[in-house]
Amino acid sequence: MKLSCEVDIHHLTRVEGHGNIRISIKNGVVKKAQWEVVETPRFFEAMLVGKHWENAPYICGRICGICSIGHTLASIRAVENAFGITPTPQTANLRLLLKHLETLQSHILHLYFLAAPDFLGAGSVLPLAKSHPEVVQRALRLKLLANEACDIIGGRRLHPTRTVVGGFTMLPAKGQLAEIRLRLLASMPDLLASAELFKTFAIPDFSRETEFVSLKGTTDYPFIGGDLVSSDGVVKKEEQYRAMTNEYYAKGFTSKLSKLSRPSFAVGALARLNNNFALLHPTAREISRSLGLAPVSHNPFMSNIAQLVECVQVVLDSVRLIDTLLDSPWQEPRQPVQAKKGAGVGAVEVPRGILYHYYDFDRHGRVIKADCVIPTSQNHANILHDLKALAGQYARTGKKDREIELLAEMLVRAYDPCISCSVH
Amino acid sequence: MNEPLSYLGVPLVRPKVGFFELTSCEGCQLQILNNEATLLDFLNLVEIVNFREGMSERGDDYDIAFVEGSVSRRDEIDRLTEIRRNAKILVALGSCACFGGVNQLKNRFRDPEWVKKEVYGDFPIESMEVHPLADFVQVDLEIFGCPIKKEEVERIVTDLVLGKTVRHPEYPVCMECKANENLCLFELGEPCLGPVTRAGCDAWCPSNRRGCWGCRGPAAAANLTELEKIMRAYGFAGETILDRLECFGGFAAFADTLRAKSKKA
Repeated sequence: MKLSCEVDIHHLTRVEGHGNIRISIKNGVVKKAQWEVVETPRFFEAMLVGKHWENAPYICGRICGICSIGHTLASIRAVENAFGITPTPQTANLRLLLKHLETLQSHILHLYFLAAPDFLGAGSVLPLAKSHPEVVQRALRLKLLANEACDIIGGRRLHPTRTVVGGFTMLPAKGQLAEIRLRLLASMPDLLASAELFKTFAIPDFSRETEFVSLKGTTDYPFIGGDLVSSDGVVKKEEQYRAMTNEYYAKGFTSKLSKLSRPSFAVGALARLNNNFALLHPTAREISRSLGLAPVSHNPFMSNIAQLVECVQVVLDSVRLIDTLLDSPWQEPRQPVQAKKGAGVGAVEVPRGILYHYYDFDRHGRVIKADCVIPTSQNHANILHDLKALAGQYARTGKKDREIELLAEMLVRAYDPCISCSVH
Repeated sequence: MNEPLSYLGVPLVRPKVGFFELTSCEGCQLQILNNEATLLDFLNLVEIVNFREGMSERGDDYDIAFVEGSVSRRDEIDRLTEIRRNAKILVALGSCACFGGVNQLKNRFRDPEWVKKEVYGDFPIESMEVHPLADFVQVDLEIFGCPIKKEEVERIVTDLVLGKTVRHPEYPVCMECKANENLCLFELGEPCLGPVTRAGCDAWCPSNRRGCWGCRGPAAAANLTELEKIMRAYGFAGETILDRLECFGGFAAFADTLRAKSKKA
């Protein structure tokens, strides 16, 4: 039996950004299991210094090409909290709806384009268009719906145009929302078929006890603002985010890293679901159980399943939000903004986990200090510790190099890392 | 997917393409995977041999290289040079590749060490001044925008496959905005670079009542001095005009003069 293995992956594929995996096993003993982040830094926090507040959401949305809506909304929330602005119920509902549809878009992209090829034995989604046309068509239908809905509400799916401090520059037509509502309801069979598909996937049997950090829901499954919670029992206010993130630097990472009660913690769909399972829509909860996912799951590969459950959650909650919006006449889309001296934090659950933006403004509303803490940077240390444990678990099983390599790749992909985001 | 390609009965060669990214948000490559209704047809036009964000296979035998992002570290110059060597046609994909994009906003600080310290404290980190691709290699074609517009990419790639000359509009975003019958944003008190920015986005932002920030760079006959005068006449502060003009790097030279002027004032 072969008990030694060398894995050296330079710039892992099917993830956003640049990371390397190196594993070395000699005679059944793990010599090295490393996750490296080599992405070039962009220095957004420095870029903003001296800039007037209205630049912040516009520039910071560009931290990420996948969750630009989430970044824009976290940035807006931080500015509004600094200035003491409370969004109107209409604005809050529209923002949450926009956020939900970005979550749907991002999760579907990850589940079908980035993760599924591993389970179906393909290198990408391209050959699946031929071998599994119905699967690819379903993915495209769901992604199209999510993207078009984001266009209608946010003005643009990527780097949204209508989202501003104080509200929206423009509102969708009610007829457009009603159409999205119908399409969302009609997407349920596609989501159920997705659940059936993922039921057939062999989720690797691996788990490592992990601390999970997310927003703490009170009445609803949480996405925008509120208290922060860890599964180890830490609870903090939104503005105390630094006590949750404890950022530090380490060799081998151009991104910052985080820790809380243990050497690492995890954020993302699995963390949200583990910490807020009771707040899921009953249908989403039932689908979760049918897929073998109930709290607390310590298997990081189940993050894929958690994303799938969240797709159901956001679709059903979007229908509810549209019903509320259609129920009352449109109010003013945008409230006036008065800049003032002070700091604000915005915490938003974006697809890959909890995201924080913080700004401190001078009395003219110019940025003195900016800080953005990205979900993937919070996950990097956990990915590293998982990789070590994974290598340890398989070190003596005699698996081929390629099998261990694939498991390691799938593990990192399960976190759906957005590495360029993490090295903003 | 691999049936022979033809146009009006004339057989066409499906070019081998690769997608690459330097310092960026990878959003422009994500746009390539958008427009789901036409995605499979679009993918059928080309043979993708390298697309790290979306596929595991990697080949270096590409005819066309699409490169997203700007250059901000030494190793990126080497990667870019190698991509240039392999490709017959090198396309700068998006504003970061064309002008430096939002990344170049850090260039405005005189002390690059301060920039590093502000984000990384005393932790050693390698970074240099942000550059567009054309500062290091020959760029054959630019696709503008932050983000790029997929419809435009579809048109450009189709032109490339058919061997047609790729042309960009020379007129400004203002023309498209008027054609869309929008209210002028200046009248609504919203700053806008529509009068000087290259069209081709169908006035994406102004049509959503958001002023143009100039992500596509200057139109052919952009009169920036006149723009500044008009915007000042509408009551916009010099700082606001500079914010817009310096955001993506397409107007870098004029932004530098504005910045110098505001520092003297």
